Amino acid sequence: MSDLGYALSDTLVLAKRGLLRIPRQPDLLVGFTVQPVMFVLLFVYVFGGAISTPGLDYVDFLIPGIIVQSMVFGGFVTALGLAEDLKKGLIDRFRSLPMSRAAVLSGRTLADVGTNVVQLAIMLGVGFAVGFRFSTGVPRILAGIGLLLLVGYAFSWVFALIGLVASSPEASNAYGFTILFPVTFVSSAFVPVRSMPGWLQPVANNNPFTNMVNAARALFVGTPAGNQIWLAAVWSVGIVVVFGVLAVWRYRHTVGR
Amino acid sequence: MTAPAIETEGLRKCYGDVVALAGVDLRVEAGIVFGLLGPNGAGKTTAVRILTTLLPPDGGTARVAGLDVVRDAARLRERVGLAGQYAAVDENLTGFENLEMVGRLYHLPRREARARARRLLDEFDLSDAASRLVRTYSGGMRRRLDLAAALVARPPVLFLDEPTTGLDPRSRLALWDTIETLVSGGTTVLLTTQYLDEADRLAQRIAVIDRGAVIAEGAPAELKATVGGESLEVRLADPAQAARALEALAPLTDGEPSVLDATAVVPLRGRTGAIAEAVRLLDRAGIGADDLVVRTPTLDDVFLGLTGHAAETGEEEDER
Repeated sequence: MSDLGYALSDTLVLAKRGLLRIPRQPDLLVGFTVQPVMFVLLFVYVFGGAISTPGLDYVDFLIPGIIVQSMVFGGFVTALGLAEDLKKGLIDRFRSLPMSRAAVLSGRTLADVGTNVVQLAIMLGVGFAVGFRFSTGVPRILAGIGLLLLVGYAFSWVFALIGLVASSPEASNAYGFTILFPVTFVSSAFVPVRSMPGWLQPVANNNPFTNMVNAARALFVGTPAGNQIWLAAVWSVGIVVVFGVLAVWRYRHTVGR
Repeated sequence: MTAPAIETEGLRKCYGDVVALAGVDLRVEAGIVFGLLGPNGAGKTTAVRILTTLLPPDGGTARVAGLDVVRDAARLRERVGLAGQYAAVDENLTGFENLEMVGRLYHLPRREARARARRLLDEFDLSDAASRLVRTYSGGMRRRLDLAAALVARPPVLFLDEPTTGLDPRSRLALWDTIETLVSGGTTVLLTTQYLDEADRLAQRIAVIDRGAVIAEGAPAELKATVGGESLEVRLADPAQAARALEALAPLTDGEPSVLDATAVVPLRGRTGAIAEAVRLLDRAGIGADDLVVRTPTLDDVFLGLTGHAAETGEEEDER
């Protein structure tokens, strides 16, 4: 088999390992689902009445945003898993094997796509329960789902780097939330950017997270798309490339602790 | 003589200002257990990491199974097995799935990977637990599975980094038996340990390493000989008779006898017949002895003699 063939088979072997983790450690998925579900309920029933979204029910405004946020944080399973693998010496074992240097990461990030599908289904279910409805056709909805999974995949690579850099699973938790959480809020996910102070609006408008939320909204509830879908896709692919290179570089030079 | 399984020359590694290895020369013949002995922080794990291609050396050269650890790293990984300080197995997989995964990552065909997984589980007495998740395993079972994982590709050179640290005495003995069986099959084993009895029991050759340098090397018996031979220890019934006891036992020694508490310590000229002769000599002089024993120096004595500090009181900082 060629090097590429081996890299692919190594990736699949490790993706299978990552997927098996979901049924065997179900509390992990529960942990990552409870928070966005709670956000849906809080924003729809507590803050929603105070937030004005002209031309759109707040629930239709909110759900695409919260789903993007939950896709972004779905990659967190990768950060935790890698930090644990490092701590337990598994990374040392993998690095001593004649396997592809990228497979430990590409396997995990691929498995995250599986986790994200489950999360996406749960989030849409909760969305429907609180009154969210699609207002576009099937092709656009499918394109939206594809885009959301791409966004999730991109951030899995961000979290892969976080997991390798953090000194422990707890630290990777702290890094992930303190860095990414504010970024997801200074965006169009929860409130219209126009309601923010003037100095903050350019920040929010140029936040890739805003592009991703706007794109999901356009594909699910038919808000004007503009260039948002393309920007979201380009950002996602760019993140995969940049963080993929950084994470693999870091993996090659990392040692167990 | 065949080519050595492991050969290093002037191996150096620093972490910032901390010198982990300060020029290590090792030569390990094929087919033996070689013990790398030293306290925490001595550089044992760093040496293993370099020899298994996990870390690049800062200086010097190292060849394992005839392959350079830097230039031939990729090919070398096919020829070594590593079992580390922690059982590096996936808690959320079963024992069988762990071994199958490692086999697949060695690029064995699926059927072969599965067959080897089953055979190894059998050999390591884990067949009954094969389909249980590893997180339900005991510490000893995890270590056995870890060792099995290191053997999936049947590597000619095996690295065991403190394989029994943290194990209970029974699991330790069982693991020692396993390692001995392996070596009888021709595998070369480099074993690091801070337990002197472990090195004594398993290794044919030992290098003592302290602060990143090899300070002694040889067969266990040779190392023990460097701190002197055997000595006779006589616990006296009446401590007041100490001086007379030493006088009576003088024919047995050409060393410097001494008395510690109520025990006379007499370095022996020769082991053969020493006890019978001592009994006769003491009896003739009318000296009562409660206990009489010939003490062979242990590797503890070797370590203390070489480093000036006991093995157990090594620095408690994390092993790098």
